Amino acid sequence: MINLTINNQKISVEPGTTVLDAAKKLNIHIPTLCNHPDLCVAGNCRVCVVEQTGARTLVAACAMPVAEGMDIHTNTLKVRNARKHIVELLLSEHRSDCTKCYKNQKCELQALANEFAFGDTVFIDLVKDRHYEIDRSSPAFIKDDSKCIRCQRCVRTCSQLQHISAIAVANKGLHQKISSFHDRPMSHVVCTNCGQCVNRCPTGALVEKTYIDQVWDAIYDEDKHVVVQTAPAVRVALGEDLGFDPGEIVTGKMVTALRYLGFDSVLDTDFSADLTIMEEGTELLSRLKKVLVDGDEKTKIPMFTSCSPGWIKFIEHKYPELLPNLSTCKSPQQMFGALAKTYYAAKKNIDPSKIVSVSIMPCTAKKYEADRPEMRASGYKDIDYVLTTRELAVMIKQAGIDFRNLKPTHYDSVMGESTGAGVIFGATGGVMEAALRTAYEIVTGREVPFTNLNITPVRGMEGVKEASIKIENCLEDWKFLEGAVLNVAIAHGLTNANKIVKLVSQGKTNYHFIEIMACPGGCIGGGGQPIPTSMEIRQNRIDAIYAEDENMPIRKSHENPEIIAIYEEFLDKPNSHKSHELLHTHYTERENY
Amino acid sequence: MKNKGLNKVDLIFEKINAEEVLKKAWEMSNQSIIQQILDSGLKGRGGAGFPTGLKWKYTAAIDEPEKYVVCNADEGEPGTFKDREILDKVVYKVYGGMAIAGKAIGAKKGIVYLRGEYRFLLSQLYKELEAFHKMIKEIGYDFEISYRLGSGAYICGEESALFESIEGRRGEPRNKPPYPTTSGVFEKPTSINNVETLVTAMMIITHGPESYSQLGTKDSRGSKVFSVSGDTPIPGIFELELGMTVQEFVNEFGDGDTKAVQVGGASGFCVPRKKFQDTIIGFEGVPTGGSMKLFNSSRSMYNVLHNYLDFFAEESCGQCTPCRVGCQQLLRGVEKVKKGEIHSNYLNELLKLADTMKVASKCGLGQSVGNAFRTIVENFREEIIY
Repeated sequence: MINLTINNQKISVEPGTTVLDAAKKLNIHIPTLCNHPDLCVAGNCRVCVVEQTGARTLVAACAMPVAEGMDIHTNTLKVRNARKHIVELLLSEHRSDCTKCYKNQKCELQALANEFAFGDTVFIDLVKDRHYEIDRSSPAFIKDDSKCIRCQRCVRTCSQLQHISAIAVANKGLHQKISSFHDRPMSHVVCTNCGQCVNRCPTGALVEKTYIDQVWDAIYDEDKHVVVQTAPAVRVALGEDLGFDPGEIVTGKMVTALRYLGFDSVLDTDFSADLTIMEEGTELLSRLKKVLVDGDEKTKIPMFTSCSPGWIKFIEHKYPELLPNLSTCKSPQQMFGALAKTYYAAKKNIDPSKIVSVSIMPCTAKKYEADRPEMRASGYKDIDYVLTTRELAVMIKQAGIDFRNLKPTHYDSVMGESTGAGVIFGATGGVMEAALRTAYEIVTGREVPFTNLNITPVRGMEGVKEASIKIENCLEDWKFLEGAVLNVAIAHGLTNANKIVKLVSQGKTNYHFIEIMACPGGCIGGGGQPIPTSMEIRQNRIDAIYAEDENMPIRKSHENPEIIAIYEEFLDKPNSHKSHELLHTHYTERENY
Repeated sequence: MKNKGLNKVDLIFEKINAEEVLKKAWEMSNQSIIQQILDSGLKGRGGAGFPTGLKWKYTAAIDEPEKYVVCNADEGEPGTFKDREILDKVVYKVYGGMAIAGKAIGAKKGIVYLRGEYRFLLSQLYKELEAFHKMIKEIGYDFEISYRLGSGAYICGEESALFESIEGRRGEPRNKPPYPTTSGVFEKPTSINNVETLVTAMMIITHGPESYSQLGTKDSRGSKVFSVSGDTPIPGIFELELGMTVQEFVNEFGDGDTKAVQVGGASGFCVPRKKFQDTIIGFEGVPTGGSMKLFNSSRSMYNVLHNYLDFFAEESCGQCTPCRVGCQQLLRGVEKVKKGEIHSNYLNELLKLADTMKVASKCGLGQSVGNAFRTIVENFREEIIY
């Protein structure tokens, strides 16, 4: 242990601890900005400078490891003066149009400025005379360099967590900026629209592209029937933006709120998650049959899941040779959209051209996915507008709804019924678990051999997870799988995904089925979720997801009565011709810039 | 303290039999090589002045099979051009110093990080390197030198940014600790030394530490190569014993109308005429990596300062706030004061900002911007304002 003194208080900490973390243990607050619990240390904003007795300069608390006998002071005049200067310098290169900013009241720089209670700052406004082009090219987010303070959180997120580096530091000195390959617009680089950078940007330099006004317009348009679907991960995170603690489940209140907002029908993406399991599980089994029994060389295994649009764009850019391994299933959002304007329209006897389909997603990439040209097989755009969890919270506030005191209500039907299997789509490993619950039962006629249906080996925050299930005593149709061992893998966060995909591309794995989610922790850690995010917050949301699953009366997708009904009434059977037309898609090779 | 006066020295460019010296070093224990460098009092010649012997000692102390000697030949300080001359004239002594350092610290690999603009020297440097490799191999050294070229960024002269550049990344300084002696290039223990430092080390082995430490003063032992430029009738490269006053220097190199000398380049200090007599060139007074720029009364010190600030605003890597934004604020601030758009008292705010940059910047670049700023603003305030 290392002994040191901070503000005259003695403390012993493990070697390698930073001064910042040691101070935290003493409940001494040191302001930070470039530091983020998910990212490597940068030490570049210098907001956390502290005084070390005997040192020539101040030291950055976030980057300074403790040393024996160290004597640190966090609040001397020298420290205060330097810190005040640093925040003022940051403000001088930041367009401070706070009242008009999307991040107003949620901006970390604004909060820091508040700490220092500036009346006026001495420095010259460097933003005023410079020309900034706001990049609105992505359908998912907006990049406004005039608000960028170069903390490089986004750059570290993109390279460290997501293995993409669509954005990086360019130029030096006063010309330094965060930019893309050859300054291309964000729509024309390897960006996956995952929004992890948006989640970690301390200012309004990176924000989601919002469609709130368009949705209000649709709601108030008498001629339109507006349906809304909510993704599994939204219900365990929305509360964070409305005064609840991370991990509080607000499903029923959210449904009520959506009704108050004026949506004509409040439905559940969990329904189409269950549908995805039917389609994807069947696709997996038929791929296995084609490969193992028929010896079909065109069919590829392992099969990758296709629910995460960030992951889809990643593989399209980085591993186009593996596109045949991707499940052809649309994501639950898109399946829902395609059915909203066909099955739902017919059931409710509404002209599909009058239906506006809105989805509430934990995700920014879903905004991009909704805009993909192949997502309009019904003759209409599957999904008209995608709002993030954060945008929904904004709408609830705009409408003056007292969210805390809302009475919980249940989703509408049709397409509002769901199972525990649909809920766990929101957590890493959830799609795998839901698929195994159904596929195992299809093949063997028995429930998966895990206590209480909880397939624990596929759960948890480990970056890459593996599991194997032996298939025994198969039903007659599936005898070819008798005795086979099904090998599966799960990865979340694209850096982890890349580890697996690289091995697959080299032919070094024996997996049959791989679940990949672009975001850390899966959808609960999505780029559209409430800010801030950290390992602890994500864990709380995941715990809530599994609690929600346990509380559901039905926990297997194939037992969802609305799923059974839709196959009887409309789709015939999984992977039918109609399913393929509406619920499956294809992919595009993209350049790797 | 009695100063030494201005004495010319011929050490760096002195012709020696490198093979003999390297054989001599080969026979010495690593410890005694390091001890000789420690005894000589040699401090790094790049400008920062860290004791070279200590650097070698710390690197040698780490038990790690892969270590590096890096020669910092990214000579980028405005007004410095001595390393170019050393490389051009006596590169065999640079190589020799690296091989001796390599032996002393236990490194088998040396890397010369050469300023991109010096690419024209490269074919000659390679030719001599080939002969050198052959020669040391025969003596018994297991040491190989390779070259990496910079691309013009001033920041890449900062040691950890230089490592980043060698490793193929953007040249940005790292957080310290860890220091290069424990984690340098490729995260291996590294002794990084300036071109002139390595040559001087070889000359200390050649002549022994005693004769070297007799030169100079207590805090600034030995001699140093100076790059003299500006308003002088005799610009060029001169090796001088350390410890002279600026006055003695100006007596030799001035044009009779010298009003200021910028010692140490853009990151150094401006010495005005009234302080020539009392200012010693060396670590006890104004340290320098070699750049000595003389200004006569025809020069506007506003222009001089503006030029330096413009340089720093461009050459800051942009990573840390105090340096990236601070440089721009200093530049824009003096511009506005000069134009009368802001009250001249604003210079006092800028001096406080320069102090913050000195203590809060991540690396030596941002930490030293205030040197020129403070010494010019304080000594030539009226030239900045009017």
